[in-house]
Amino acid sequence: MAMAARRGATANRGQLVGILRGFSSSSSVVDSWQKNKEGIAGGKPLNLFSAINQALHIALETDSRAYVFGEDVSFGGVFRCTTGLVERFGRKRVFNTPLCEQGIAGFAVGLAAMGNRAIAEIQFADYIYPAFDQIVNEAAKFRYRSGNEFNCGGDPLWSCWPWWHYHSQSPEAFFCHVPGLKPSEAKGLLLACIRDPNPVIFFEPKWLYRLAVEEVPDHDYMLPLSQAEVMREGTDITLVGWGAQLLVMEQACEIAEKEGISCELIDLKTLIPWDKEAVEVSVNKTGRLLVSHEAPVTGGFGAEIAASVVERCFLRLEAPVARVCGLDTPFPLVYEPFYLPTKNKIVDAIKATVNY
Amino acid sequence: MAGRLAGSRAARELARRMGFMGSFRAGLSNVGGGPSLPVEICRRDAGGVSPCISSRVTARPGGEFPRGKVAFVAEMEFLAELLKERINCYRVLDDDGRTISGSSFKEVSKEMALEMYSGMVTLQTMDTIFYEAQRQGRISFYLTTIGEEAINIASAAALTMDDVVFPQYREPGILLWRGFTLQEFANQCFGNKYDYGKGRQMPIHYGSNKLNYFTVSSPIATQIPHAVGAAYSLKMEGKQACAVTYFGDGGTSEGDFHAALNFAAVMEVPVIFFCRNNGWAISTPTSEQFRSDGAVVRGQAYGIRSIRIDGNDALAVYSAVHAAREMAISESRPILIEALTYRVGHHSTSDDSTKYRPVHEIEHWRTARDPISRYRKWVQRNGWWSDENETELRKNVKKELMNAIQISERAEKPPLSELFTDVYDVPTSNLREQEALLRQTIQRHREDYPPDVPL
Repeated sequence: MAMAARRGATANRGQLVGILRGFSSSSSVVDSWQKNKEGIAGGKPLNLFSAINQALHIALETDSRAYVFGEDVSFGGVFRCTTGLVERFGRKRVFNTPLCEQGIAGFAVGLAAMGNRAIAEIQFADYIYPAFDQIVNEAAKFRYRSGNEFNCGGDPLWSCWPWWHYHSQSPEAFFCHVPGLKPSEAKGLLLACIRDPNPVIFFEPKWLYRLAVEEVPDHDYMLPLSQAEVMREGTDITLVGWGAQLLVMEQACEIAEKEGISCELIDLKTLIPWDKEAVEVSVNKTGRLLVSHEAPVTGGFGAEIAASVVERCFLRLEAPVARVCGLDTPFPLVYEPFYLPTKNKIVDAIKATVNY
Repeated sequence: MAGRLAGSRAARELARRMGFMGSFRAGLSNVGGGPSLPVEICRRDAGGVSPCISSRVTARPGGEFPRGKVAFVAEMEFLAELLKERINCYRVLDDDGRTISGSSFKEVSKEMALEMYSGMVTLQTMDTIFYEAQRQGRISFYLTTIGEEAINIASAAALTMDDVVFPQYREPGILLWRGFTLQEFANQCFGNKYDYGKGRQMPIHYGSNKLNYFTVSSPIATQIPHAVGAAYSLKMEGKQACAVTYFGDGGTSEGDFHAALNFAAVMEVPVIFFCRNNGWAISTPTSEQFRSDGAVVRGQAYGIRSIRIDGNDALAVYSAVHAAREMAISESRPILIEALTYRVGHHSTSDDSTKYRPVHEIEHWRTARDPISRYRKWVQRNGWWSDENETELRKNVKKELMNAIQISERAEKPPLSELFTDVYDVPTSNLREQEALLRQTIQRHREDYPPDVPL
């Protein structure tokens, strides 16, 4: 379902979209994507990186001032998301940059500030930190500090402490939009991000690039940002997540269901701004909340959700808000299955919350 | 002509003959000596663009500015973006492994020469076998150093054990030279309980405190400023040692590179910046990485003495690093070495470089420009090595590797407790709490967890 792009007051200025690859490296088994209850109808089966690729093709096709750039994008990118773009749109619009994330981000800010759509790729989310200054101090504050004289940017962002280990990090708590990642949704959300008049960061979980497959329509369409989706209806407990973690949470819900617990699962899709109303409505129905994310628990985005829900639903809550998240350590390779918020941990937390 | 040199004055002489930029030129006042290179200048008239012409500017009476005195000129002249010719490349051996007439280099004894040669062969063999192991699914990841064996081993040979190394990730040869065993390499790749990194990182992220080799980390160029800080420490301690840091052509684009070079020059520290310019940063060729004449010219921009060398020439690498080290320590200054080479292998096991470069180019560098066979010719011509030695060496190394892999594969992983250690010096309360919760979860769901991680 296509949506007209919102045009801000300064529509002649640019948009900056950062695309981060390699959001997580969880190796758990993929459940079937084919139960696509509220997805987009029609189209042919595509996996995630192909859907992203399609969105980029459309973005460049529909806007002659859109650019895609980053490390290794010319040959198609290390995850193949930029395949075919150079051949179709030429080297001046799709190009490799030198190996420098702060340069990529800073360059994108300037390009966007001149009225272009700057779609900058950061190869692995773990490598975004050199760009942090440009994103946080420049892109995010560009409009505000200039009194809207200029823009490529929007609201102030979180500041948190850094993590390490280097191809698996989930730095979303530091940033903003984190769309959910069904291929059809990825395409629609990415196009919406690209056309949003604010700088947007779009995270993609790399382990789903090939694994997630569903039917994706060919045409140009966008999905609304900041609109959460109830993926599964239930009455006993509300689960909130985003990105690849939803797969794990779905599995947990199936298991809980077999034990008589009815779970409502919400895909937040976007973190800033996040759909508080949808979560509030759900928690008012169920009286219980569980949030799950791969990023470390302390100071993770789950903390914000928990605090907000407690503010809004305090008297309705039957149990403390549960958070099933990554540990407060750097991401350890050999201990991955212990570190991650796996389905068994989620199931245990569902039961503990329901039986509180 | 072999130069038999010793001592720092002799090292400077060698450096002069090797052509280190910026040595021994007292030409430009207040700028610590610059090379006597013809300056290519573009004259821009009032009307438009005139062709670049070469000229020497005659000095006129000058004036004082914060950094010192400068000469004033009436002509408005821009320094050209590139010099007329590229900076020369120092080499000792020709492509056929013969010493070039008139070349100066640091002599090596037969013992040292053979140690270097067998180090290069061992590195190449290790790479081949571990790469295969990844293809077979026995380890999760690998990246090779194929084509850069001379850089790895010869530079390591020119250093001492007290010199502190900050690698990128394509320099395991330094560790190998220093005594890291094939078993230790295998342990890290398998992430077993003998891995000094305790299984936390991907394969090839080696490190050893004992061998003064800081643990590899994936982000590019972050190690470069670390080396500068470490060099400052060595200087303050008055140690006869330097810091050495390695990085690729891609690494010179990162902000950390620029910060580090500038700091090193200002703080006057004994650090060697070793750039492996192998032509590729994953799929990005150097033409898309920078427009300067490689990395070597950037040294001068920061006030750092620099040299460009043939990275596939073991003797050139050895000599240059030896000279650089002497200067770095005795004069407490940074040195930049740009070693030209070629990344023969793919970027890693996650890459297929035939997607972005021609196969014939890869094959040319694998064969005609191979640093190992080139050096072998020199060693054999000296009567120090034979084909029998070669066969014997390769056979033994391969056997040792296969054995090491088998042992590593069977060994247990590190215990669960190591998930929580080393985040801080002692685990904090939140970590202790999380460990307790995790152990409860494991007790309830033992079958969900890998059996080779002891609890």
